[in-house]
Amino acid sequence: MHELSICMSLLDQVERIAKEHRAERVERILLRIGPLSGVEAPLLMNAYPLAAAGTIAEHAQLDIEPASVRVHCVDCGAESPATPNRLLCASCSSYHTKLISGDEMLLASLEMSLPEDASEPL
Amino acid sequence: MCETCGCNITPGNEHLVRGDGKHSKTTDGRAAVEVLTGLLDENDHQALHNREHFDRHNLLALNLMSSPGAGKTSLLEATIEALQGELRIAVIEGDLETENDAERIRAKGVPAIQIATGSACHLDAHMVHDALHQLDLADIDILFIENVGNLVCPASFDLGQHRNVTLLSVPEGDDKPAKYPVMFRAADLVLLSKADLLPVLDDFDPARAERYLRHLASSVPFEQVAIRGEQKALSPWLDWLRAEVAAQGRRRAAGKTARPSVQPDGARLHTHQHASTYSTSTVETVEAGG
Repeated sequence: MHELSICMSLLDQVERIAKEHRAERVERILLRIGPLSGVEAPLLMNAYPLAAAGTIAEHAQLDIEPASVRVHCVDCGAESPATPNRLLCASCSSYHTKLISGDEMLLASLEMSLPEDASEPL
Repeated sequence: MCETCGCNITPGNEHLVRGDGKHSKTTDGRAAVEVLTGLLDENDHQALHNREHFDRHNLLALNLMSSPGAGKTSLLEATIEALQGELRIAVIEGDLETENDAERIRAKGVPAIQIATGSACHLDAHMVHDALHQLDLADIDILFIENVGNLVCPASFDLGQHRNVTLLSVPEGDDKPAKYPVMFRAADLVLLSKADLLPVLDDFDPARAERYLRHLASSVPFEQVAIRGEQKALSPWLDWLRAEVAAQGRRRAAGKTARPSVQPDGARLHTHQHASTYSTSTVETVEAGG
């Protein structure tokens, strides 16, 4: 359920950025979401049209780039892939690891159409 | 701002900013803009201000999370009784409907504000901020924010709390940390509640529950609590609270604040951004010690 709240928050940011750039339309939104962010990409995709209706990003293409779960081991220094509920070092099995990727919940980039007369290069 | 200083670029996202720089054109001539802000930017901004409120009043704010029915409110009732005359407590209660929990807390002689979220499955920083305006923060040592009973959504929203406490009750089964990694990874303390039921529900193995917690790279304390009968056990929890209140006092004296050891991604991005707007907020997270 909280994917809708997250979409609304996303759209607030998208509208603000589009306004800053005097964009006519937002064409594409790229998000980066990791499995440990607590957000489900398919639910976000479903919620997006509801939240975007009537906004400048109503027809934008929403792309979500998944992020893989990776940990750095504090004990042996190895960097290895992990799974959301098993964040152990693949090399020495220690649980003294730091997550280096996998909890992202980022608005990575936007593509917008600008009016013809926007002579200022961005 | 983070967008310009680059502090929000981590090994996980740096490939997004390599190459064309901040502004570039796509092949079909659209303007492409790198953004790299957390999706919950607004919430995280409000959470930061809540944390400033808490710090200004030298209180410790704790976010209490669990499944519905794990015993959050009962634990608070027992805690209020046990700490009466020692620490001043206030509670913000989050539920979809009813004033029931706030009434239970008020019956213990402690101020409580109920947030009825309607259909929202979590508290967010704005809801907590509104509730703060109904509380006199000057007379409080610990503010408990009892989140909506839910092991999923509350983990994604920073409320401005200093620490997260997650309850796992014995009837729920010992594999909950494996099933809900986002929630249990966010905890600074995991309490095994209703521990007085362990002799009855003997398929619950506390060692196994703790092992699943460690698999999340968590080394936070895992303590048992029980509030009923002869097996009443609250001391590890009360000792943790006293230690955290003392630590918050020391942090404030040193002009520092604290955040939960694991931050939702967006909240982490805000750490640097606001360092200059609030001079006393050097941030300290828990370095988990066994």
